[in-house]
Amino acid sequence: MEKEQFYYDNKIVKMFLIATALWGVVGMLVGLMVAFLFIFPNYMEGISWLSFGRLRPLHTNAVIFAFVGNSIFMGVYYSMQRLLKARMFSDVLSKIHFWGWQLIIVAAAITLPLGYTSSKEYAELEWPIDIAITVIWVIMGINMIGTILKRRQRHIYVAIWFYLATLVTVAILHIFNNLELPVSAFKSYSIYAGVQDALVQWWYGHNAVAFFLTTPILGLMYYFVPKVANRPVYSYRLSIIHFWSLIFIYIWAGPHHLLYTALPEWAQNLGTVFSVMLIFPSWGGMINGLLTLRGAWDKVREDPILKFFVVAITGYGMSTFEGPMLSFKNLNAIGHYTDWIIAHVHIGALAWNGFMAAGIIYWLAGKLWKTELYSKKLANIHFWIGTLGILFYALPLYVAGFMQASMWKQFNPDGTLLYGNFLETVTEIMPMYAMRAFGGTLYLTGFLLLAYNVYKTAKAGSVVEDELAEAVPLKKITSSRVQGEAVHSWLERRTVLFTVLVAVAVIIGGAVEIIPLLVVDSNIPKITSVKPYTPLELEGRDLYIREGCNNCHSQMIRPFRSEVERYGEYSKAGEFVYDHPFLWGSRRTGPDLHRIGGKYNDNWHFNHMLDPRLTSPGSIMPQYPWLLKDDLDISKTVDKINAMVLLGVPYSQFDLDKAVYLLKNQAAEIEKNLRQDPEYVKNYGSSNMENKEIIALIAYLQRLGTDIKAGQSAQN
Amino acid sequence: MMTIIFTLIIASLIIAVIFFILFIKSVKSGQYDDLYTPSVRMLFDDELVKKKITDKNITN
Repeated sequence: MEKEQFYYDNKIVKMFLIATALWGVVGMLVGLMVAFLFIFPNYMEGISWLSFGRLRPLHTNAVIFAFVGNSIFMGVYYSMQRLLKARMFSDVLSKIHFWGWQLIIVAAAITLPLGYTSSKEYAELEWPIDIAITVIWVIMGINMIGTILKRRQRHIYVAIWFYLATLVTVAILHIFNNLELPVSAFKSYSIYAGVQDALVQWWYGHNAVAFFLTTPILGLMYYFVPKVANRPVYSYRLSIIHFWSLIFIYIWAGPHHLLYTALPEWAQNLGTVFSVMLIFPSWGGMINGLLTLRGAWDKVREDPILKFFVVAITGYGMSTFEGPMLSFKNLNAIGHYTDWIIAHVHIGALAWNGFMAAGIIYWLAGKLWKTELYSKKLANIHFWIGTLGILFYALPLYVAGFMQASMWKQFNPDGTLLYGNFLETVTEIMPMYAMRAFGGTLYLTGFLLLAYNVYKTAKAGSVVEDELAEAVPLKKITSSRVQGEAVHSWLERRTVLFTVLVAVAVIIGGAVEIIPLLVVDSNIPKITSVKPYTPLELEGRDLYIREGCNNCHSQMIRPFRSEVERYGEYSKAGEFVYDHPFLWGSRRTGPDLHRIGGKYNDNWHFNHMLDPRLTSPGSIMPQYPWLLKDDLDISKTVDKINAMVLLGVPYSQFDLDKAVYLLKNQAAEIEKNLRQDPEYVKNYGSSNMENKEIIALIAYLQRLGTDIKAGQSAQN
Repeated sequence: MMTIIFTLIIASLIIAVIFFILFIKSVKSGQYDDLYTPSVRMLFDDELVKKKITDKNITN
């Protein structure tokens, strides 16, 4: 058969490459700003949009979806065209995908610092952006499937299977976790509450790691590592087994993020079992990647790109060993809520994601601009300071995590806590925070070298935007063969269409079962004394979400003697039934807040928000001076309560009618309490504090975890 | 509580079923009949401009 000539679209790959480098610098820079906030909590001078709680989600979203996201698309658009021997299905769709994704990133970079957040980790973006993500994702999917349909290579290489798994699973996860009820343009409430919301969130959260940070990168590994080494993958058979077993097992592992919480124990155990099983496919992939370099280790010595790949795959192996280990309950009891987890994810992010992206960028720079890389030496320097950066980042945090966890758990012989003041366990690990910031600086410096190297390479070379290639088209099935065939055998030949139809059929079947389940009332053990938040507390809770307090404070006391002693009665599932969304948090940079209500007086909270170091010398919490200056926005209070009613929170008609009145009443009462302190009266006595945001936040904090106590005292 | 666990199990099963069907389809279509050639085939480039690069490298 005649060969056909066609062009590969290199321009779109180039655009994604530049975006990867750009957003990589931005994402890491924000990470560094956040790291320095641990050491110098005041250096942002109380600027609201640069406070830790708002920057941390910006950092995570920027590195996951902007940096790694663009690096995935860069590699996918390059490798997919070549593996299928076809140009992408539609240039228009490619462009919409590119610019749509960049717009989403810009929208995130604006809304997150402004405090528009749903609070759910790695899914913080508010509902209009969630919808945009869905649309762009579907467009990318159409483009990918379209390319597969017009391919000139019948066989579909394993990398493409990984890309397809990413496409399908991320779509489902994103939609389920972001089901929310809008209140206004940039405010919504999760349709799930408490324990349910937590479970959906970590089902999503874990699989965002699995299907956004792992499967697509594995696909890239199966393309770029053999390409760069010019060696076939160690075992193609293993890559197939690796793929199918990995995607089957990964999706179940989410509950390991909720061990020892109020989640039912059998669900926790389910998560543990699947997480432990995950080590087999994960390590199968790691071994397959590393052994691809068998007999080519001399090339690794010469080629910085292969060095990046080796450290990346080793990092993948380390974090996928650690993951299953941390999913054992006894180890999780130590690691959870500590910096151990931060170290763990950064081995994955800096080594696996960052170094895979760097290696691919260096290789593609030469391919796209048709020249040698500007400086191999500079790439080598990047490799070494990057690797040192990873070590300086992760190792101190492992020590910090282990140390802090053991300090939390130590008792005096008389049964009191050895480190009763949480702050002692924070000041102890400050040197480690400094080392982490140093490691991060090294890593970012290395990445800046990459940006410079790519820039110089691009200057020296000349880009070929449409690259000529030729391949034999797929053999047509002759008309005599299809004469008189039934519809189904026609369909069977159209594998992709068939698959899509099957998927639709399955989803319809599933939806018919799911929707009634969602509508039917759940049966969490009810605690009768747990009541909905008052209008003022609800507004305070939204401020807690806006300021991202949940990034440093958990609201989930585990049933350990050390935690009950430190914080109070352990948390029960029934206490969170009105929490849309849940705010359990995942890291205790500061203490747990679930039983903070009534622990301190209103003045303590007032002063603490003004400057945490007034009440707690040595604290690394940011200041929140704007809470004392800004008036509470009560224009949406009634809408918010209406939304809660719609979600099934039992507010009465009286609550709705009198919402603003009730809110102002409670605010005035708290303001009156504050006046017990003469210092307050002197400084703020005439500044209409009852209208300010701080009052709502105090109301919420003083309510936290108190309902169950009210129930107990009523029983006694 | 139970409802959401069932929901997630069903959603997870849907994904698993999709992948299972894909797996069966791919095996039946001969995707995995040859477990060697694909790993080597991907190493070959079909770009036609390749020659030009080597020329350029020589002249440099």
